[in-house]
Amino acid sequence: MELDIVSLSRLQFALTALYHFLFVPLTIGLSVIIAIMETVYVMTNRRIWRQMTKFWGILFGINFVMGVATGLVMEFQFGMNWSYYSHYVGDIFGAPLAIEGLMAFFLEATFVGLFFFGWDRLSKLGHLTATWAVALGSNFSALWILIANGWMQYPVGSVFNPDTMRMEVTDFAAVLLNPVAQAKFVHTVSAAYVTAAVFVLGVSAWYLLKGRHAELAKRSMTVASSFGLAAALSVVVLGDESGYLSSEHQKMKLAAIEAMWETEPAPASFTLIGWPDQEARETHYAIHIPMIMGLIGTRSLDKQIPGIEELVASAENRIRSGILAFDALQRIRAGGGTAAITPEDRAQFEEHGMELGYALLLKRYVDDPREATDAQIQQAAWDTVPMVAPLFFAFRIMVGLGVFFILLMAVFFYLSARRRLDRHRWLLKVALWSIPLPWIAVEMGWFVAEFGRQPWVIEGVLPTAAAVSDLGIRTVLFTIVGFVALYTVLLVIEIKLLLRAIRKGPEPDTAPDAPLTTPRLSQRLLSSER
Amino acid sequence: MILHTLIDYETLRLIWWGLLGVLLLGFALTDGFDLGTAMLLPFVGRTDVERRVMINTIGPVWEGNQVWLILAGGAIFAAWPPLYAVSFSGFYLAMFAVLFALILRPVGFKYRSKVDSPRWRSGWDTALFIGGFVPTLTFGVAVGNVMLGVPFRLDADLRIFHDGTFLGLLTPFALLCGLVSVAMLVMHGAAWLQLKTAGTVARRSARLGALAALATIALYAVAGLMLWHTVDGYRITSPVDPGSYSNPLRKTVEVVAGGWFDNYRQHGWTLAAPALGFAGALLAAIALAARRGALAFAGSTLSIIGIITSVGASMFPIILPSSADPRASLSVWDASSSHLTLFIMLVVTAIFIPIIVVYTSWVYRVLWGRVHEDDVTDASRHSY
Repeated sequence: MELDIVSLSRLQFALTALYHFLFVPLTIGLSVIIAIMETVYVMTNRRIWRQMTKFWGILFGINFVMGVATGLVMEFQFGMNWSYYSHYVGDIFGAPLAIEGLMAFFLEATFVGLFFFGWDRLSKLGHLTATWAVALGSNFSALWILIANGWMQYPVGSVFNPDTMRMEVTDFAAVLLNPVAQAKFVHTVSAAYVTAAVFVLGVSAWYLLKGRHAELAKRSMTVASSFGLAAALSVVVLGDESGYLSSEHQKMKLAAIEAMWETEPAPASFTLIGWPDQEARETHYAIHIPMIMGLIGTRSLDKQIPGIEELVASAENRIRSGILAFDALQRIRAGGGTAAITPEDRAQFEEHGMELGYALLLKRYVDDPREATDAQIQQAAWDTVPMVAPLFFAFRIMVGLGVFFILLMAVFFYLSARRRLDRHRWLLKVALWSIPLPWIAVEMGWFVAEFGRQPWVIEGVLPTAAAVSDLGIRTVLFTIVGFVALYTVLLVIEIKLLLRAIRKGPEPDTAPDAPLTTPRLSQRLLSSER
Repeated sequence: MILHTLIDYETLRLIWWGLLGVLLLGFALTDGFDLGTAMLLPFVGRTDVERRVMINTIGPVWEGNQVWLILAGGAIFAAWPPLYAVSFSGFYLAMFAVLFALILRPVGFKYRSKVDSPRWRSGWDTALFIGGFVPTLTFGVAVGNVMLGVPFRLDADLRIFHDGTFLGLLTPFALLCGLVSVAMLVMHGAAWLQLKTAGTVARRSARLGALAALATIALYAVAGLMLWHTVDGYRITSPVDPGSYSNPLRKTVEVVAGGWFDNYRQHGWTLAAPALGFAGALLAAIALAARRGALAFAGSTLSIIGIITSVGASMFPIILPSSADPRASLSVWDASSSHLTLFIMLVVTAIFIPIIVVYTSWVYRVLWGRVHEDDVTDASRHSY
């Protein structure tokens, strides 16, 4: 990658997002696991479950603040580094971000204070409500962020407005019910549940290995393995749904993940492993499994999945069509906007307007896309192919780990059902050493989704290179160094505090049970206003 | 969809201009006392226990309060995309400083109490002070620069170009606005501590808070005089169609000395905003001197409402003037989202803001009462 403003801005966004996503999955998953534990406490009245809630709550809190801290940057970074993007799609993309704040983050952040400070101020049901509000908030948060992200992958319900020079929403329901967003939401949230389940399982396994807090550890493992097994299965099923949808809406991403250079006769085979070579446009040493890809991608035996070369040819046609849209747009603007549009221009823009973004791909080579040569058009068409090898491997690591998590959770679910959790030390060690794996899987997943979208920031609508702010290279280098240094220091502190809290183990919980429902305010005021 | 035409575009833009103010006020009034408390931390809290008392007054609520800032960011993105794009890229390094400082806050609150060592804790105290002071100062400086005009240009594709530098933001008037912001939120934080603590912490914060309230009055007055004499206002000179599409380049704007006082001259009732800014701060000063927490908090709240509203009242309908190319200035009539987006976001906001207010009030009610020293020394009661 060259050291230009586009790559630096991409690097900064990728780094800050990847850091943010170290904390988010654990927050989402652990909030639900804690809420389940507290529900058991309220239903059974057994204090060990309150102790578990409080203990995992401490770890949750240490992680939660890092998610909040790194999330702040995400909310403002679009405007800071991607100002043309913000102008171009803010009309659509801004709405889910704002709704995320209104509907989800407010709920989560307001009640998280009560989760920690409310134990002696709330009734059992009151506190349980606060805990579920946190869990609900963090999950809703993922929903709205993925509606925003889903629109970047599959921009529905919107149209380009020549007067305002931006995309504007035409059908908000389509943006909300975007099938890509829905599949992504369930896939991502399930992955977050798996992350938290592996974390709880691994930490509990360590306690069993050390012979400490066995009661707490075994119960925690039961919750983690049953919750985790359901989630791990759902990750794969919904991952498959994502794959199916990609075959419809993001054909290039799918072809790149599979390193499918040429269109195969249906049903296509799945490349288990190989060495994709972008220059030679072939995959060396490939091991194929017949028919699988065609089945996953099209759910049929006769539909073809287009390969990269076919998609490049179609991109070339779309670029030529985009040039016509660009041409019409220039004439519309020269004539004084849509108020004074001629019927010919309107017809030309309506026919080709959807491909306007493809003309912008040429901006790398010429200022005016209408003057592009055939060679430049072909080059721009080949630019629509993302780098295949990193996607190919990242995807296979993610899927491999996903299958491993199903096995891991199934084994511990079985052991827990047979009450044999502490029988096999080597299995406990496997659980312990599995703790980092879900983070690798989720970061790979993020990478496949976003890197696979290149060269587009909004698929087919706006190239990443056009979206960037007018900033100096040194300025962005400075902030990259600043963010990475700060995040790394905080990450080290966070991990140290987590380890410290884990080593210390749960606090003995001798506080009396709170009443089931809330006493009247006047009574509570008497006790707090001493 | 036809439904959104129930409210015309012009009205929606006015409502969203008002909501922009409501969100910024929500942030300044709630997270404002968190920032103020953090700035007072080294001066009011001399011992670890005193500092923990202060931190525990805001411990359960700062997270929810900070969401007002995140929501303001998201809502500006959704309702005023050009404002979001121009301001955050134009104030890039200033925003970086704000984010850097704000990142220190969540971790500072949470991690400070996790290790019982004086070095660890004083390190986080410094981080928390920075997390209070830098954002407060920078937001004030940013408001000052907005009134001075930001050096940006728009090309025909509405691409944004900036001529300014980071050091260029630090002009005398902008720095003065930064100091108004610091004094104002120190006053607010002190009023909060007056309400939520007792003993030494409350006594010290009353004294410092009364001084901050008087400083707010003095600095705000000087800023007003400077605005009158040295800062040029921006005035739209071409006819505007308030219901037309959003493209800032279809108007002409002139730069007028004292132009930011046009609205006050033409609509005398708008002077209520700066008057409230002064009167609220005076009330806060008196109430703090008399050690009346609730009254002081009401006073500082009114003062913040007055001061922030006075900026909006002075600039309307301009939102972000451009000093490099005045006609590119963003105004209420040409920098909003589409009619449909504004309508949908209004519906969502109208549903959720009342719900948020209800549950936030419930949380504050549950947490009602002062934090005492034995609350924080009794390990089972508090987290921080």
